[in-house]
Amino acid sequence: MTERAPPRKRAWTWRSQALRGLVYQLVAVSLIALAVWYLAQSTLANMAARGIQSGFGFLLQPAGFDIGESLIPYDALDPYWKAYAVGVLNTLRVAVVGIIFATLLGTILGVGRFSANAIVRGLCYAYVEVFRNVPVLLQLLMWYLLFADILPPITEAVSVGGLFFLSKNGLSFPVPVWVPGVGMALLGTLAGVVAAWFYRRWAIAKFEATGQIRSLFWVPIAIVVAGELLGWIAGGAPTAWDIPKPGGFVMQGGASATPEFLAVLLGLVLYTSAFIAEVVRAGIASVAHGQVEAAGSLGLSKPQSMRLVILPQALRVIIPPVTSQYLNLTKNSSLAVAVGYPDVVSIANTSLNQTGRAVECIALIMAVYLTTSLATSAFMNWYNRHAAIKER
Amino acid sequence: MHMKINNTKLALAIVAATSALVVAGPAQAGKTLDAIKARGELVCGVNTGLAGFSAADSQGKWSGLDVDVCRAIAAAVLSDGNKVKFVPLTAQQRFTALQSGEIDILSRNTTWTLTRDASLGLSFVGITYYDGQGFMVPVKTKVKSAKQLKNATVCVQAGTTTEKNLTDYSRTNNLNVKPIVFEKQEAATGAYFSGRCVAYTTDASGLASTRNKDAKDPKEHVILPELISKEPLGPVVRRGDDEWFAIAKWVIYGLVESEEYGITQDNVDKLKADSKDPVVMRILGTSEDTGKLLGLDKDWMARAVKTVGNYGEIFERNVGPKTSLALPRGINAQWNKGGLMYAPPVR
Ligand SMILES: N[C@@H](CCC(=O)N[C@@H](CS)C(=O)NCC(=O)O)C(=O)O
Repeated sequence: MTERAPPRKRAWTWRSQALRGLVYQLVAVSLIALAVWYLAQSTLANMAARGIQSGFGFLLQPAGFDIGESLIPYDALDPYWKAYAVGVLNTLRVAVVGIIFATLLGTILGVGRFSANAIVRGLCYAYVEVFRNVPVLLQLLMWYLLFADILPPITEAVSVGGLFFLSKNGLSFPVPVWVPGVGMALLGTLAGVVAAWFYRRWAIAKFEATGQIRSLFWVPIAIVVAGELLGWIAGGAPTAWDIPKPGGFVMQGGASATPEFLAVLLGLVLYTSAFIAEVVRAGIASVAHGQVEAAGSLGLSKPQSMRLVILPQALRVIIPPVTSQYLNLTKNSSLAVAVGYPDVVSIANTSLNQTGRAVECIALIMAVYLTTSLATSAFMNWYNRHAAIKER
Repeated sequence: MHMKINNTKLALAIVAATSALVVAGPAQAGKTLDAIKARGELVCGVNTGLAGFSAADSQGKWSGLDVDVCRAIAAAVLSDGNKVKFVPLTAQQRFTALQSGEIDILSRNTTWTLTRDASLGLSFVGITYYDGQGFMVPVKTKVKSAKQLKNATVCVQAGTTTEKNLTDYSRTNNLNVKPIVFEKQEAATGAYFSGRCVAYTTDASGLASTRNKDAKDPKEHVILPELISKEPLGPVVRRGDDEWFAIAKWVIYGLVESEEYGITQDNVDKLKADSKDPVVMRILGTSEDTGKLLGLDKDWMARAVKTVGNYGEIFERNVGPKTSLALPRGINAQWNKGGLMYAPPVR
């Protein structure tokens, strides 16, 4: 190991580096604070002079407008902050689901670029070039127009087995009728996930100690399913499902993913996965070829060497750029308002117009994106450290 | 028909407004008129494209009721109804553009409400069109009344009074409608025409405009009889410049009173030469100089009527029964003809 530099002496003399550093930092921070204070002050003063009302007090007033889709119960008489919460949750919903699908699709496409099959390689290449070079707003609009145009009206909804319906209302699907038993099943699933995680840790430790191979995929899955089943049976095995059926202007019952949500999701996933595919490809390409050969001479099959040797090493190269793709996806979700999805920008737009608090509403949007982006970065940094080379 | 406004425009407008707020001092009385005269041009915020109210043709020439109001003001102030620069604004951009000083006046089918009048640092000048919010549905849905829209999806444009009215109406009638809110009018009407929404809602005048200009076949869509709100539409100016406010206000009253006393685009020159009616003489500046009190010259109103005609002519030419919008005069008739158009006297 390299030698550590001797700890710097903290000599607080006038000419010491430490003191100078501290002074510079203090000066810089107070200059920035002063600039921010000045801008805020003069903005407020000018707004007051022009008779423009300002302040965040409006957040406690009733919003007075309905929102098309919401994950939490929301009523038009609820205050603005609650409308914002609905918008934030809608943004997170499309961002989280989008990130999961984009990662899966992007990884498959990126790995596909190394396929032995020329057609697969070519298709993956073509996909990346097409989707990453068309502006994402156009993609959203295209999917939305396509959905709105080709999907049949509700009265002629296309049904799969009488359970799933595809119509202008979006994709409607059955959901379990909410009874305490369903909660038990969910709890069981959760317990299963925890148990599976411990099993994996144990199996890996065992493998490293004894070299005995245990399935790290099927057994954990079985544990989760078993947990869910046990919970379900313990909860009295409820079997009632709320099945959608076409009725009048809407699908009655069940739950639906609206065309707005689907268009935003599809647009973001297809666009971002093209970038992720490139990141994955570059990551794999960065792993020295000797590693593949070494894996081969150890007798690992091709898929095995990909999964056990190449990808773990590629991951270190992949994680930082993939993080910025996640951030991009989240930020691009702000285009949702173009296709009528009520994300936080859409809610802020409406409240901006209703209250005239332009500066405040834009500041709120910025705060929301800043927070989610910083949280995503923090999580990915943690994961990056986790995946980094561990020196033993 | 629509001018394309990109997404960044709103952001830019807000940044512009904010930076204007950071650096500029408060607006000062009389400044707007001086600035317009120095510039030689009135800057007027209008709709991006709403046939009958403000829309540009293929040559970029603007026409419509809201457009004519600006031309009349330009004629009164600058002696030339063509010295107007029209700035197309979406529903969301409009107030910011006015607050930041990007435009001198906003004439863009804008509803006068307490919140807008009292908290935006703006003042509504008057009412140029009495409207109300309505619904449009495809004929084939067989919906005859807005009360039948139970659980229906309704397309709306963001940044309008429309969303709240819809919610109010849905609540009082237990309709539980689902609004789908779009940033741009094209997207909202596009979703409606593709069948994603059962109904499209906005001002009844806007519905007529959309139905006649954007529908493949206007006969396939009906406008339901219910009007669910009051939408008094009129121009807006910045607060704090009372002289400019008075000019904008009185040009509109002048147009309305000109109709009441029979002054038209065709007869204005003749009346100016030989009318002995004291009211007409005052409006046309041949007896008292009313213009002087506003900081204008005595021909201010004669020029305005010569340029765009009186209020009735503006109405008939842009939205009236003979146009494709075919809106009846209804409550927009003169007060003595059963309508609400009542101008205080130009005296
Ligand atoms: N009068 C209402 C609605 C005005 C409004 O913006 N209407 C829409 C629909 S007719 C419109 O003109 N949109 C055109 C655009 O934003 O380009 C208000 O002042 O909020």
